[in-house]
Amino acid sequence: MRLALRELFRRPGRFLTAGAILTLLASLVMLFGGILDGLLDNSTAGVRAQRGDALVFSAQAKESFLRSRIDRGLRAQVEAVPGVARTGGIGIVQLGARLPDAGPRDLVDTVLFGYEVAPRGLPDTPPAEGEVIADDTLRDQGVERGMVLRLGPARSPVTVIGFVERTNYLGQGALWGSPVTWRTVLTANRPDEILPADTFQSLVVVSEPSGPGGLAAAIDAATGGATRTLTVEAAADALPGVKEQRATFGQIINTIVFVALVVVGLFFALLTVERMGLYGVLKAIGASSRTLFAGLVVQAAVVTISACVIAGALAVLVDVTVPAGSLPFAISVGRFATSTVTLLVAAIAGCAFSLRRVLRVDPASAIGGSL
Amino acid sequence: MTHPDPTPALQMTAVRKVYPMGDSEVVALDHATLTVGADEIVALVGPSGSGKTTLCTIAGGILSPTAGQVVVGGRDITGYSSKQLTEFRRTTVGFVFQSVNLIPFLTARENLLVVDEMGRRTGAAARRRADQLLGELDLSDRAGNLPSQLSGGQRQRVAIGRALMNEPTLVLFDEPTSALDTALGDQVMALIRHEMKSRGTAAIVVTHDERILHYADRVVHITDGRLDA
Repeated sequence: MRLALRELFRRPGRFLTAGAILTLLASLVMLFGGILDGLLDNSTAGVRAQRGDALVFSAQAKESFLRSRIDRGLRAQVEAVPGVARTGGIGIVQLGARLPDAGPRDLVDTVLFGYEVAPRGLPDTPPAEGEVIADDTLRDQGVERGMVLRLGPARSPVTVIGFVERTNYLGQGALWGSPVTWRTVLTANRPDEILPADTFQSLVVVSEPSGPGGLAAAIDAATGGATRTLTVEAAADALPGVKEQRATFGQIINTIVFVALVVVGLFFALLTVERMGLYGVLKAIGASSRTLFAGLVVQAAVVTISACVIAGALAVLVDVTVPAGSLPFAISVGRFATSTVTLLVAAIAGCAFSLRRVLRVDPASAIGGSL
Repeated sequence: MTHPDPTPALQMTAVRKVYPMGDSEVVALDHATLTVGADEIVALVGPSGSGKTTLCTIAGGILSPTAGQVVVGGRDITGYSSKQLTEFRRTTVGFVFQSVNLIPFLTARENLLVVDEMGRRTGAAARRRADQLLGELDLSDRAGNLPSQLSGGQRQRVAIGRALMNEPTLVLFDEPTSALDTALGDQVMALIRHEMKSRGTAAIVVTHDERILHYADRVVHITDGRLDA
């Protein structure tokens, strides 16, 4: 092990090519991972911010807020289910927002949420009628505290009284208001979607701390199949495009990881061929194949971790330097750790190509041979 | 001067080594019987392909014989598994290879310590032994030098030090003077003799070089896999 580390630190040039390629691949893994996280965050953060255990949609709505309707009767049935502590109505409407002094066609994409149970970062009591709390990303569009935004074709006025972080929905800047504000704006701008009083698009369900498991199934059973209940995570994943984004970026990342595996495999296979003489000598003086292979794995691990650290630093640099709003990018400790562990596993798997060769090194080759 | 252990360093009895070669076989060693005393230096002389290397690799636990018995320092290694032979080489024998074969990215001291790192490490004890050996081999001031910074003779001395690190029963020298001029070859052989005798350690020196045979206690010739006493 020490021998492997000494070689690595005293002959770094030997590992430079593999290290550079791995750094490039790790950078791509983290860049694409960061873009995926940024896209997902931009699409699903408003749903993930819900402080409940489940979201209830009407059965025919296919988990879409816009199609879903939960009336007072259905809500009462949900609230009667054992384990349900309380519910909160939630409704959305997606509209273009006009900023003061902006041209008539200069619209900012927004989505207005009306909530009863406060999502993460929002006050328990929703803002007063006509007031909203805006997602932080809207600042980049010129939205400021105290500004009056005019929503939709009816130009319904709402006043921004504060900001909240990471609550966007399908790439649109979220505005959070009371159910009354949402209903007023919806009625004024979407006459075809007007909902009766006390009817929401979805319900946020907060369960009893020690409630029975299988709450979602119990709710759907209690409503006789009139509802479709999902966990908050599942509801976020059910948003349009989320699965496709995840699958596409997942395939790209998996391909890069596979390339990393091949690069490490080929590099260390070549290195092993170069070292046959050295390994023969080491085996002759008592090194086991396990010791030699462990040294190879340690070298691959150190090179990979170094590459990931450099790639992580580059990803942070991208995150800091890219102007807000120009690229959906979010690098996190979790993404860095996942990428590093994945590449590490790939590197170790790549080393396995050399195992057979190491096992077959004949110590007799040291007699009369040279390094 | 230490008193030699009466147990022979090596007892090979009717050792035969056969290599398969397609449908036929090549007999590399044929009923070789050889005993090396506890502090005896034996020169093994023979032409290329005579079986010298095969004999050394079997005595050193690198290869197993096809038939016969091999006992080193009282340990019968004839039926040892690959794993047992690895442990045996690490603890019982020393090798000095023809091309010296020092590890190029390790200093002279580290080349000695690598023997300790191959097995269960003894740490401080190994470091003390390495320093002591380097002192005895007149290499203390070269301990921190890489092999590329050492002369041919110094590299040979480091290789001898590495072979002695595990306090072996038997040291196998493969053409130790082949790359050296006459004067340096003499110096190295004198050193080998001194080091072996002062420790009571046995050695087999494989050589083509007739000029150094007088450093051995006994000369054994090998031809076509057969030993002639």
